[in-house]
Amino acid sequence: MLSILHTIWNVFTHAFHRRVTVRYPEEKRPLPPRWRGRIVLTRDPDGAERCVACQLCSVVCPVGCIALQTTQDETGRRYPAFFRINFSRCIFCGFCEEACPTCAIQLTPDYEMAEYTRPALVYEKEDLLIDGTGKYHDYNYYRVAGLAIGGKDKGEAEHEQPPVDVRGLLP
Amino acid sequence: MATIYIDNEPYTVEPNGRNLLEVCLSLGLDLPYFCWHPALKSVGACRQCAVILFRDENDTRGRLTMACMTAARDGMRLSLTDPRAVAFRASIIEWLMVNHPHDCPVCDEGGECHLQDMTVMTGHVRRDYRFDKRTHRNQNLGPLVNHEMNRCIACYRCVRYYRDYAGGRDLQALGWHDHVYFGRMEDGTLESPFSGNLVEVCPTGVFTDKTLGRHYTRKWDLQTAPSLCVHCGVGCNTMPGERYGLLRRVQNRFHHEINGYFLCDRGRYGYEFVNDAARPRVAADPDTVRGWLSEGRVAGAGSPRASLEANAALRALVGAENFYAGVAPAEHALVALMRALLEVHPTPPPSLREVEEADAVLLLGEDPTHTTPRLALALRQAALRPPMAAAGATLKIPPFDDAALREAVQDATAPFFIATPQATALDGVAMQALRLAPDDVARLGYAIAAGEGEIAAALRNAQRPLVVAGFGSGSPAVAQAAAAAARALGARLCFTLPACNSLGLALFDAPGVADMPRDVKTLILLETDLFRLLPDAEARLRKVKHVVVLDCLATPTVAAAHAVLPTATFAEADGTLVNYEGRAQRHFRVFPATGDVREAWQWLDALRGVTRTFDEVTAALAALPAFAGVEGAAPRAEFRLLGQPVPRQPHRTSGRTAVTANVDVHEPTTPPDPDSPLAFSMEGYQGHPPAPLTPRFWAPGWNSQQALNKFQQEVGGPLVGRPTGVHLLPVNTGAVPAGTPPPPFQPRADAVLFLPAHHIFGSEPLSARAPGIAALTPAPALAVGAALYARLGGGPVEVRVGDAVLTLPLREDPALPVGTAVLPVGLCAEALPAWGTLTGGPRDA
Repeated sequence: MLSILHTIWNVFTHAFHRRVTVRYPEEKRPLPPRWRGRIVLTRDPDGAERCVACQLCSVVCPVGCIALQTTQDETGRRYPAFFRINFSRCIFCGFCEEACPTCAIQLTPDYEMAEYTRPALVYEKEDLLIDGTGKYHDYNYYRVAGLAIGGKDKGEAEHEQPPVDVRGLLP
Repeated sequence: MATIYIDNEPYTVEPNGRNLLEVCLSLGLDLPYFCWHPALKSVGACRQCAVILFRDENDTRGRLTMACMTAARDGMRLSLTDPRAVAFRASIIEWLMVNHPHDCPVCDEGGECHLQDMTVMTGHVRRDYRFDKRTHRNQNLGPLVNHEMNRCIACYRCVRYYRDYAGGRDLQALGWHDHVYFGRMEDGTLESPFSGNLVEVCPTGVFTDKTLGRHYTRKWDLQTAPSLCVHCGVGCNTMPGERYGLLRRVQNRFHHEINGYFLCDRGRYGYEFVNDAARPRVAADPDTVRGWLSEGRVAGAGSPRASLEANAALRALVGAENFYAGVAPAEHALVALMRALLEVHPTPPPSLREVEEADAVLLLGEDPTHTTPRLALALRQAALRPPMAAAGATLKIPPFDDAALREAVQDATAPFFIATPQATALDGVAMQALRLAPDDVARLGYAIAAGEGEIAAALRNAQRPLVVAGFGSGSPAVAQAAAAAARALGARLCFTLPACNSLGLALFDAPGVADMPRDVKTLILLETDLFRLLPDAEARLRKVKHVVVLDCLATPTVAAAHAVLPTATFAEADGTLVNYEGRAQRHFRVFPATGDVREAWQWLDALRGVTRTFDEVTAALAALPAFAGVEGAAPRAEFRLLGQPVPRQPHRTSGRTAVTANVDVHEPTTPPDPDSPLAFSMEGYQGHPPAPLTPRFWAPGWNSQQALNKFQQEVGGPLVGRPTGVHLLPVNTGAVPAGTPPPPFQPRADAVLFLPAHHIFGSEPLSARAPGIAALTPAPALAVGAALYARLGGGPVEVRVGDAVLTLPLREDPALPVGTAVLPVGLCAEALPAWGTLTGGPRDA
């Protein structure tokens, strides 16, 4: 009897507590930028695709939900011919972002991607690629890589000497 | 047997003139290295394999020494884990990495990179170098090999392989100090037909596979299976890799007796015919074809590029009396002759390892660089090794000390004699290279058999002499002369063969397709392009009511067929092939065929109305006396390890829930494989399978091809487990068929003797359809001697040989015997050598 009264009292006092329930979807909780939600492919500060299709994200993925094919343009710059993430399998672990050597693949604080059918959760490159740099604003992989691509010749990357003149005799 | 102590643990080893690095790796210990290669031996350049060597058990200090330059001796004490050795090796890596670019994500070597492996192995995980990196410009090295010089760590393996081992001249170490540059004097295609091995020899990403780069996939995603090269008769073991239904590349699969560590460029880059968009892919209705079989006489032509099982299935379908060999008449007779000569020879045909160990070679009428290229690479070693062995014994240089041995021997070669009409790529290592017409080559062979001349004397002194001839000359007289010479000298006899299963088809003892009766109602052509074989192919095909062609290539015969049944290529089919030694080896499906494409034996069984597994087909084949024991080439389909099949996919295969998600979001089931102990899956036995089933070389910490040392009984030795392949050819079966020397070659005033010219790129029909190989195929030209060239004025000429008329540009080959000209094979179906006429230029010839 005493415990029933105690319970009724407790419930009554809750009427005066601060509300923690959010009236989603009208109202949304702010999420930290490191929230592991919908995956995007970003662009480098010059506006070009960051992904070099190195396939590290796909191999690190514990559920194997990333598939892509490497290709390259006529200047030698690599990019994915297709890039597919099966979000119906994704567990949002963020390993792909951690493995990405070019900061291309990033997880965003967007979790509103429920669908009525599973095929609608299969995202292709045009669904994934955004127009910005995401969380990492300054990184441009090709500025530190030794590979020459269109617009960046040998020796023009950061911390690089000009190409060696093999025929030169100077020490 | 000797005992050496490694970190105070006693190990029993066979020193055998081996160095400590080889001993450590053979024991399964991990010791990083760069410049050493099991086939190229040691030069002690990279200082990566440092160990601490102790004088005796009382020595606690020891001294740092390079394992690859120290011969193993009984009672040696060394330490791999001594902190000084570990720190030294880590600092070497750090130094090698100073200029190494931040390229791994866009580097084709990434994921199978020896430099990555060794960096991780030494524990150098952080790059502290803050200064500017040296950069290099790249060169365009042709359609096969990509060059990215920034990544170089200057181990010198590439030039040691290319120049010292393969005999190439155009790749060099240029420049000096940290500017040293490995490339050509100027951009251009690498001249050596073995340049593709640079991809595997280079420990990092300087030389990578350009054809793979066009459809790049990492090693961990490639579905691979043990396979065989189908581009000549040598039977090299390969590992083709597939992803998304496309064959991506071919890598070498070590076979101790055959290809060892290296392939030729035809074998490595010829694979792209599998991806050819022009391949026949739509099948005719098999029921209609089955109806045709009862309309009258049926005949079938087997193929030297189809497996034993496919040929046996065709033979079962049409009956043994209606089974013909789909080979040109002259080649059919020549291969049958060579088979007969091999069977009566006292010793079996040598494996390539035995070819490399020969100490005297006689090469008659054959240019193996263009017919069976891997054999040419082995013959080069036969020319170079004996002087090195002799110098090593005299000067007490250990056999692994490559630089010292090469310095000691300079340009000395073993007794190596060549007699061919044309210049060969091996002339440079020959003591004597004679330019003779085929009949004169045969006469030379008989003269050597009779013990005449200095060549015979030189060969007679040898311990392990070898005589090589083959199909390249097109001359039965040369083959017979070679057999006579080999028997007289007590030498091994090696015949080159044109196709991957030439000897296998010859073992069926079927008559040639030219002997096929004219009253055939239905003709079944298995991977046979009649237009390439018979000059009157069109007339013959017109007489046949139903022409059924089973092929994986879009040939003119496919275009002329009434029904086409598209067959699987070597990468989509299981099969057994018999190489030039008579060794039957199995290749396994790398990926399942899609659409209408089926394996040839499955089509033929379907036409016969039976359903068999591959093992049942092989068992039926083994019932024929010539093929007894053929089922021993590989384990049966029921073979399991711990109850599991061998997975074709690596355990790190990615994207299994996304690859087909755009088609169907539900993951597909693994395609069943009732025909082999392998599975189209990443699941299965993860240990080392037996050698015939090894789909890839990978071991923890060893992601590159160099993981091979974990699969060998000892470094450079055979793979662990049962050997691959069984020998089908009997030897020493009876008397030699008597051959007589032909009369000396007499040039004729009214005609020219056209000799066949094979080319590594283009002469073989499968690889000719690969874009990389096609880009290197030379434009057809007629080669004539200096006098004829001057007389014809160098202009295009009209060639008449048999019924064929060809117009060809001229090329000068000054050493060519007078009265002969050299015609590329494949331009016409006429048998070469043949007499014909040349017209054109200022005056008729």
